[in-house]
Amino acid sequence: MSVIYILLAISIAVAVIFFIAFVFAVRNGQYDDSYTPSVRMLFEDEIVKEKNNKSVLTKKD
Amino acid sequence: MVHKTCFHCGLDAETSGIVYDDKPFCCHGCKTVYEIFTIHDLTCYYDFQQAPGTTPKEIEGKYNFLDNSKIVDQLLEFNDHTTQIITLYIPNIHCSSCIWVLENLNKLHAAIRSSMVNFGKKTVRITFVNENLSLKNLVALLSRIGYEPYISLEDYSIGKKHIDRSLIYKLGVSGFAFGNVMFLSFPEYFQVEEFWLEQYKHLFRWLMFAYSVPVVLYAAQDYFVSAYKGLRSKILNIDVPIALGIVVLFVRSSSEIVLDTGSGFFDSLTGLIFFLLLGKFFQQKTYDYLSFERDYKSYFPIGVTKINLDKQEESIQVYDIQKGDRLLIRNEELLPVDCILIKGKARMDYSFVTGESKTVTKQSGDKLFAGGKQLEGSIEVEVLKSVEQSYLTQLWSNDVFKRDKTLGFTNITNRISKSFTLSILTIAMVATTFWLLTDSSKALNVFTSVLIIACPCAIALAAPFTFGNILRILGKNKFYLKNASVVEQLAQINTIVFDKTGTITVNKETKINYEGVQLTEDEEALLKSTLRGSNHPLSRSLYQILNTNNIVSLDYFEEHLGLGIEGQHKDHNIKIGSEPFIGHAKNATTLNTSVHIRTNNGYKGKFTFHNKYRKGISKLFNQLKKDYDLVILSGDNAGERDNLTKLLPSKTKLLFNQKPEDKLEYIKYHQGEGAKVVMVGDGLNDAGALAQSDVGIAISENINVFSPACDAILDATKFDQLYKYITISKSAVKTIKWSFALSFLYNVVGLYYAVTGQLSPLVAAILMPLSSISIVVFTTVITNLLGRTLK
Repeated sequence: MSVIYILLAISIAVAVIFFIAFVFAVRNGQYDDSYTPSVRMLFEDEIVKEKNNKSVLTKKD
Repeated sequence: MVHKTCFHCGLDAETSGIVYDDKPFCCHGCKTVYEIFTIHDLTCYYDFQQAPGTTPKEIEGKYNFLDNSKIVDQLLEFNDHTTQIITLYIPNIHCSSCIWVLENLNKLHAAIRSSMVNFGKKTVRITFVNENLSLKNLVALLSRIGYEPYISLEDYSIGKKHIDRSLIYKLGVSGFAFGNVMFLSFPEYFQVEEFWLEQYKHLFRWLMFAYSVPVVLYAAQDYFVSAYKGLRSKILNIDVPIALGIVVLFVRSSSEIVLDTGSGFFDSLTGLIFFLLLGKFFQQKTYDYLSFERDYKSYFPIGVTKINLDKQEESIQVYDIQKGDRLLIRNEELLPVDCILIKGKARMDYSFVTGESKTVTKQSGDKLFAGGKQLEGSIEVEVLKSVEQSYLTQLWSNDVFKRDKTLGFTNITNRISKSFTLSILTIAMVATTFWLLTDSSKALNVFTSVLIIACPCAIALAAPFTFGNILRILGKNKFYLKNASVVEQLAQINTIVFDKTGTITVNKETKINYEGVQLTEDEEALLKSTLRGSNHPLSRSLYQILNTNNIVSLDYFEEHLGLGIEGQHKDHNIKIGSEPFIGHAKNATTLNTSVHIRTNNGYKGKFTFHNKYRKGISKLFNQLKKDYDLVILSGDNAGERDNLTKLLPSKTKLLFNQKPEDKLEYIKYHQGEGAKVVMVGDGLNDAGALAQSDVGIAISENINVFSPACDAILDATKFDQLYKYITISKSAVKTIKWSFALSFLYNVVGLYYAVTGQLSPLVAAILMPLSSISIVVFTTVITNLLGRTLK
């Protein structure tokens, strides 16, 4: 049953890794703005794609 | 003709005649932006929505102060002389295409490395190489594409901001510990006498202990600090029983595992702190982009143009202005100091100092006060007083602005906390005495159990979740509160004081009445054509209401500043303006603003400008009169008294000619007599009264435009809903009282186990989260139901 020591060590290590990741995320300011990234995420790719087939001329006045 | 709107900003492009790329534009600014976007292949900007940009407003020389390196250094966040980083506040950010344009700035100018928008705060953080692009040009670029940054004196004094993220860290630490402790304590919930469980339980227990230490020492420290502060000022606030509960939980659990008498309550301990912090986090989230702490600094410019003795223009910092300096104030610029007009004609708009919308015309030699906005050409002035000593800035030296409103206010949770704490201590004492006499071995167990189970987690959560949710619901309905305690204070008021101009009246629109001889069609056309050439606000509003279509080109037009305008078409001439100007005897009794008309056929009549009141004001006042004392404090003259008495319920008190200090004193006096006052106002002239009142509500036509320091900002379109908003605050307080009753029931059950000495860790681990969660669910459901009534 000493395998439990290994399991415990792994479980704690995983937890601690996630905790450190969390601390880094907060420190980088990821929690300062919880709205803009949700919008930003939807940009970029979509625009590159639209560039070719959807031009200004298609816009209705 | 097909109705044409500007391709870029959506404004009327009928008259401009600017066509580029087969698309109409309202101005050259919009055309430029379109060009920039086409050149850089950014035209999919226009696919996001119809007419996404907003009107750029270009003012020559407006950002000259950014040539001053001392000012620039204060504004920059980072500067290593090649790369610079700045965070700019841009009030125009309003939709997803704004984010997109601003984050693609690097495509517009190669010197811009990257830019990042914070939508909530309406800021953009730009990294740029200053060798190729100065800050001034960067700001000019932003203004040109319609995203003019707002730079005020406030940015200067704050310097580098520090963001407090400790609550998120604490929440993370306690959540992390809570999850892990739950796992580790799970085996022992079942109390199975298994061999391996017996063997390893000590290890598990000590691990739980290790997880709990940072939670108690770090995550929970605010509760200890607050309890200590409360006890020192002899107040039993809600944090006292919480801190007591945490200490007892930790000490008892630790001693249990040391003495090997049980598994301890580490799961309940970490869970309790996690839920409490969650409540705090929920309550803390407010509106980043609205500032409730504004003073004159956020209105004032950061730099002005000084004219040196050798006639050279130089940008200087506002704090560097000295008595005797010569300043150049351009069109649309704000006067930061009291001064004397030397050269040019001044037309000052004092609307945010006095709340009065009419402009004042001044001649050279006249004294001008700080806070006025020049509306007509450039002027030169000589400084009389430095910024700190000017009339306007002195209002802020009043003690009201240094007072913290929340200090004198005991909130509902703390009010019941006193009797709660005392009764818990009594129960603990009685139960312990009883057990000392019957079975002394159980006495200590019972004493600690009572303190643990009675730890008022649910009570402490009821208020943050209810008020936090109400705050959000009101925010959705365009009533923005500074923090949760405002909801509670709003529920207690009994007097409502309104400002007049801009608060119960509409700023932009006025009601215009005509008295006199009917004008002929020709005369009306001439009147409209003449008004068209004038920029005076009265001419503009009069021009708007006349519905003649045939504009004639005038043979002669002249504007006499401060008097009126004159126009001629063929053999008809017209004079529009004040009574002396058109040669009519002055009628001293009228208090309202009026414009008189004379044509070559003699005196015709006058247009009188009345305030236009907000929609639904009569209904609102009639709803409010049942429960509240209503007062109107106006800085204006009594010209509108008759109109107001007709419109409002008879018991409304009307007071005119009130200076800012008078308003403040009026509120202070009534508070002294026990009144709980709400002040509803708009301009800086109400700032003192807003700060003095129990709840200061600022009315705003556009919430992105600045409003004075206050506790709540109400969007002007929702003005008629004020009664409902106050009612909902009252219901919120009632909801909290019900949740107290609910959590009391849980406490009775818990106390039964505690007093009889049967409290096991399992019971605690079930009862504590259950009570907390059911309170959260209860308050959330009720407040959402309340929110439905608003629609």
